Amino acid sequence: MDLPNDLSRQYVWPGEDFTRIPDWVYTDQWVYEREVQRIFHGRTWNYVGLEAEIPNAGDFIRSNVGPTPVVVSRAEDGSIAVFENRCTHRAAEFCRELTGNVKAFVCPYHQWTYDLRGNLQAVPFRRGVQGQGGMGADFKLSEHNPRQLAVTTHRGVIFASYAHDMESLADYLGPDILREFEATFDGRTLVILGHYRHSLPGNWKLYHENLKDPYHATLLHTFLVTFGLLVAGNKSLMLADPSGRHGVMCSAKSDASKIAAEDKAEMRAFKEGMRLADPRMMDFVPEFDSPWSVTMATIWPNLIVQREMNTLGIRQLIPTGPNEFIMKWTMFGFEGDTEDMTRHRLRQGNLMGPAGFLGLEDNEAIKFVQDGMLRVPGGEHLVKLDPGTPFGTSETLISESAIRAMYRHWREAMAL
Amino acid sequence: MNTASDARLEALLLHAEIDAFNTDYAEKLDRQDLLAWVECFAEDGFYVVISRENFERNQPVGLIYCEGRGMIADRAFALLKTAMFGPRYLRHMISNLSVASQPDGSVQARANFMVIEVLTDRPEPRVLQVGEYRDVFVRVDRALKLKERRCIYDNLLIPTALCIPV
Ligand SMILES: [Fe+2]
Repeated sequence: MDLPNDLSRQYVWPGEDFTRIPDWVYTDQWVYEREVQRIFHGRTWNYVGLEAEIPNAGDFIRSNVGPTPVVVSRAEDGSIAVFENRCTHRAAEFCRELTGNVKAFVCPYHQWTYDLRGNLQAVPFRRGVQGQGGMGADFKLSEHNPRQLAVTTHRGVIFASYAHDMESLADYLGPDILREFEATFDGRTLVILGHYRHSLPGNWKLYHENLKDPYHATLLHTFLVTFGLLVAGNKSLMLADPSGRHGVMCSAKSDASKIAAEDKAEMRAFKEGMRLADPRMMDFVPEFDSPWSVTMATIWPNLIVQREMNTLGIRQLIPTGPNEFIMKWTMFGFEGDTEDMTRHRLRQGNLMGPAGFLGLEDNEAIKFVQDGMLRVPGGEHLVKLDPGTPFGTSETLISESAIRAMYRHWREAMAL
Repeated sequence: MNTASDARLEALLLHAEIDAFNTDYAEKLDRQDLLAWVECFAEDGFYVVISRENFERNQPVGLIYCEGRGMIADRAFALLKTAMFGPRYLRHMISNLSVASQPDGSVQARANFMVIEVLTDRPEPRVLQVGEYRDVFVRVDRALKLKERRCIYDNLLIPTALCIPV
């Protein structure tokens, strides 16, 4: 897709230092469609599900790669297949249940039947009736499969790609991001604790930016600061991979009594001695081989891995247009968790999700950002913090260098 | 009066009492008087807002998950004092109540709920949640209190955020 000549003036990037991001990045339909084609359907590994969701042959879930509905299924040989949820006959989205177990997928409209790897297996009345009608003699089942994606898994997490010559996931993530990924997915078998699903009236990239923006955490999330869990003086790291597309926001819980007075003054929420009636929620039970008590990994283009102390979750981004996306959360624990540990994870889960003390604030903030762009259009965002680190990894929370790095990558991927 | 009609009268009174409790509960949430809402629960009250998807699969994750009135009070405090969300009006509708007394003196109840939300910048009301309560009531000093309230919602996709409890 080339840039239409008459439109080219519309997509001008303001300056070359990436400290300003124009609104059209977030609100433009043509840009969005190009993202689907070049990013979600391009050279990326997209999260589609967890192996724990489809343990047995015939198990499946509905999922998405970008906005595109796919089926993730476990074949008889134990392998995992990902294919588009669209009948090659008349386009019907044939797999309707969120999850289940089948021998084959049968499109309800005309009963075209696909096996567990998404291969077209049978077409009713293919030879017609009494020698009349049916498909022509040259019709080949194998030429009418839904698009099948490349699949890879790591530590129970399933990724798919429209590109069939992708580098390995390890190379795609790079060593730093892989290390953080493996700190959370540490080899224990995952147990699914449940899902949240919500829509959000904002551009999907704002969610990545939210988690590459450690600056907001001590300012927006009054709850964390009120109860001394995250403060500007905490040991922290905003990690970005060399490409800029992936990141991990890391912080270590520290003692609230050791915060400098001038830092407290800047954080309007800080209140010494404020206590929860039931402080169990904020307990941190060390269980990971990591110096960080909190890591939020943004894995390009559609995966967030949340390790907020002991509440663990996957967030899958499903864009539905430039101005809206859906988030599917999968909360998990591990095989071997005691009942107490599971309940601790559930209690701590009050921090996250669309009703979480932090989660609802991020959702609201992202809505406000999109509202601002739609109602006062044609502007640009300022991401100038920490000029000493133009791009990439930063050791201060008061930085936007990971956002700039992400847009350097985005412009390259988008050829814009 | 004979015992049979006594029992029927008891049942009707209890039904009316829980109906009045639910009306009051809805009114507290509509006013966003969350401190008063906390008082609807027993000391060891359990409160969860859970999708039908999770509930039917025996997956315990809730949008809100509170073990005990302490956690419920923390939820109220956090929403009132620390949480940032846009201004909104809410109407909680509760109907189709059914009630069953248990031999141990507790009372099981279920009812349908619907929560309608209006954002002040988007004038049209929208259904925020629809589902059912599965409740256990107990008496504390004669007053009914919730020992358990499971809010099981059907609309799997939450629009943006659930800021006020169900
Ligand atoms: Fe946040």
